Amino acid sequence: MIGSPYVLSANNSVRLTMTKVMAALLPGTLAHAWLFGPGIWVSLLLCGLLAIGFEALALLWRGYALKPFLSDGSVLLTAWLFALSVPTLAPLWLYAIGLLFAVVVAKHLYGGLGQNPFNPAMVGYAVLIISFPTYMTQWPAPVQLANHAPGLGEAFNLVLGGGGITPDAYTTATPLDTLKTLTRAGKDIHSTYAQPIFGWIGGKGGETVAMLYLLGGLGLMASRVITWHIPAAFLTAVALTAGGLHLLDPARHAGPLFHLFSGGVMLGAFFIATDPVSACATPRGKLIFAGLAGFITVIIRVFGGFPDGVAFSVLIMNVAAPLIDAYTQPRVYGHAGGKEPSQ
Amino acid sequence: MNGTARVLHAFPGGIHPDEHKTESCERPIVGAPLYERYVVPLRQHFGNPARPVVKVGDTVLRGQRIGAADGHISAAVHAPTSGQVTAIGPRPVAHPSGLPDLCMEISADGRDASIAITPIDWRDLAPGELAAKLAEMGLVGLGGAIFPSHVKLEPAAGGIHTLILNGAECEPWITCDDRLMRERANEMLRGAAIMRHALGARHLLLGIEDNKPQAVAAVAEAASALGLPMEVVMVPTRYPSGGGKQLIQLLTGLEVPSGKLSTDIGIQVFNVATAYSLYRAVELGEPLLTRIVTVTGQVRAPGNFEIRLGTPIEQLIRLAGGALPDSRGWLVGGPMMGFELSDTVAPVSKGVNCLIATSDRLFPPRPAALPCIRCGQCALACPVGLQPFEMYVHARAKNFDKARRYQLFDCIECGCCSHVCPSHIPLVDYYRYAKSEIHAQERSKRASDEARQRHDFQAFRLEREKQEKAARLHKAAAGRPPATADDPEAARKQAILDAAIERAKAAKQGVNPRNVEHLTPAQQQQVAEIEARRQHAATEQDT
Repeated sequence: MIGSPYVLSANNSVRLTMTKVMAALLPGTLAHAWLFGPGIWVSLLLCGLLAIGFEALALLWRGYALKPFLSDGSVLLTAWLFALSVPTLAPLWLYAIGLLFAVVVAKHLYGGLGQNPFNPAMVGYAVLIISFPTYMTQWPAPVQLANHAPGLGEAFNLVLGGGGITPDAYTTATPLDTLKTLTRAGKDIHSTYAQPIFGWIGGKGGETVAMLYLLGGLGLMASRVITWHIPAAFLTAVALTAGGLHLLDPARHAGPLFHLFSGGVMLGAFFIATDPVSACATPRGKLIFAGLAGFITVIIRVFGGFPDGVAFSVLIMNVAAPLIDAYTQPRVYGHAGGKEPSQ
Repeated sequence: MNGTARVLHAFPGGIHPDEHKTESCERPIVGAPLYERYVVPLRQHFGNPARPVVKVGDTVLRGQRIGAADGHISAAVHAPTSGQVTAIGPRPVAHPSGLPDLCMEISADGRDASIAITPIDWRDLAPGELAAKLAEMGLVGLGGAIFPSHVKLEPAAGGIHTLILNGAECEPWITCDDRLMRERANEMLRGAAIMRHALGARHLLLGIEDNKPQAVAAVAEAASALGLPMEVVMVPTRYPSGGGKQLIQLLTGLEVPSGKLSTDIGIQVFNVATAYSLYRAVELGEPLLTRIVTVTGQVRAPGNFEIRLGTPIEQLIRLAGGALPDSRGWLVGGPMMGFELSDTVAPVSKGVNCLIATSDRLFPPRPAALPCIRCGQCALACPVGLQPFEMYVHARAKNFDKARRYQLFDCIECGCCSHVCPSHIPLVDYYRYAKSEIHAQERSKRASDEARQRHDFQAFRLEREKQEKAARLHKAAAGRPPATADDPEAARKQAILDAAIERAKAAKQGVNPRNVEHLTPAQQQQVAEIEARRQHAATEQDT
């Protein structure tokens, strides 16, 4: 017998929470489709199907009911974040391997929904970038820069292994890749900015997508799905770290705005680092968690071997999240630290 | 007139459940006819049940004490009308456990003859004396906590500077306090003035949620008519503003330290209905015989009814026109902290402030629970600042020490966390379970400690007897004369004996109940309720 309360807030479910997050991803995704071609719909569709397939298999294997867990929307969100994080129009097998690790290993081997210590989409991404670095750099160029922008049909062919066009025809080095390569080659930051892939603050096209992720993320905050702590701390730490490095050596290091609006920072700040299962949950813990993740992101970008650091920084901080939570428990009513009784 | 402006100190969290006040709040309080049969439970309050002081077959008068307060934390119960005591035995009562409890059945004689009642001249009584006089009037907190009022009216060690009247009535559906304040503000405030006198409180505050403007106006008007210096403060409508600790925080910014009582920071809180009953007890001399109950939900004529304690709930339901065909069951109290009524033959008791007829439309069945995704909505809703999802994880894993380290015992079981949980996890049930398990563990720990001491003493006694026997045999073999008083052997034995007694005494002093010393009465009551539910659940499983 279940006791009080007998009223639950209406229109409230895990599925609705996940749906709200996906709705907040929509503006950025639309911009992505507009600026980088319709291929993103193909990867979203195929990643979604693969993820649902893996989820169903894992649930069957673990002896769980399919319906409540397939309909909670969590695996679709994982697939969506994964599809936005890996190169669009990569071969299907690459998606399959990434999602196998995201859904089966990172999620279900750790106990399924709510139990994963690591962000599933980022685990999938990390496995791929370590195992198949070449494929992971082949991002489609912005439509206005590409020699050839694949249409929807071509996109299907490319992903399903047909082809006919070589990746060189439609892909290009990302701004972060370009920055890393040219900086290593000793080029001045200003000459790097002159490359066509750079836009007015971040990468061409990418900066617009990032701004729409920011917009969607603010919407999530407004609808109280996430609190301000993680995005604010993450973005502040990215800006401060990048700004500090830029001040030290303006000729070598890009400024804070570039770092904020390039790569996965906006997506990470609002949609990835905020994954409640694997992030810190206390207010102060969230600030520490996201602040350190933002710091590590820039350090990896500037000094590490990979062009972007969002996935690794979030995964590293996922490890520390339970410990941080344990040490940042908020004050409970009536316990020391509150207002002392006075007459 | 509006409430006094006062700087409010918002408590964290809280929720806005659908209020459902309009169904009943415009219906004036209606009296009830005299019924043929009343069932008066002996336990209608927190603490020891009352002790029967009449026998089956005795004739009683209205207001006659039929159960005496048993000990200090207890309250008397009285006959609701004149008639004959026809039975004393277990009957269904309105309790979360659904277990029957000892009741007295009274068959009304229709005369409704009263005992002689005399007002108490409270103005000449020193604080403390009034509390003693009230001990046999049966007054308890009518907001639902049913704590004996005379205990709360005793002078506190550090003195009371502020008396707060709780008129927040934050639970959805309930409007009995709203109606009381609108219709009987004068009497209620006269009761409050007596309370303030008894406590020696300097400040008198009344907190009302801002969804009750008529009640605010009525109380403010009555206060100025009485010339009673007080503040009527409107607080934002946000559940659980009517929680004692939350109302204190709202009005004063002070927090009751964990494990302490509000009197430790010089504040006492009474429900408005309790103040009204105190007025009747002191100014009219009438013990607590009636209370106002909201009957609402899926009934034909929702409203507020002034009903004699002991009236079978089915009669009360009839007063509200009966349940509509699609009703499913009954809730006692509000939907956030109330409980399901197991049997409508149970009588109205002092803690029954509201009856709600449920239906699938008004109270949709709880969806199946999904795993916790640590979204933190529960933590945002918690008015105490807990991390409910952490307590849940540990309670579910039966890791009770951990749950406790997340301050499980500061949980007030208001239900905000369960209300907002997107995974539909019955969080509060897990906390009730964990609390009851912890208390059970502590009881069994105490029992095993005692058993160990008994065993140790038994082992010592056997050893001593063996030694004594050996000594006797030795003496007999030696054929020596009997030992004298200054025999060193006897002195040695006596020393062993004394040492053993000392050890046993020391061990006995070491046994103290653990971790229950800082519980508030409300928590103790919750513990008692949880225990009762647990036992009930256990018996259900057995059968």
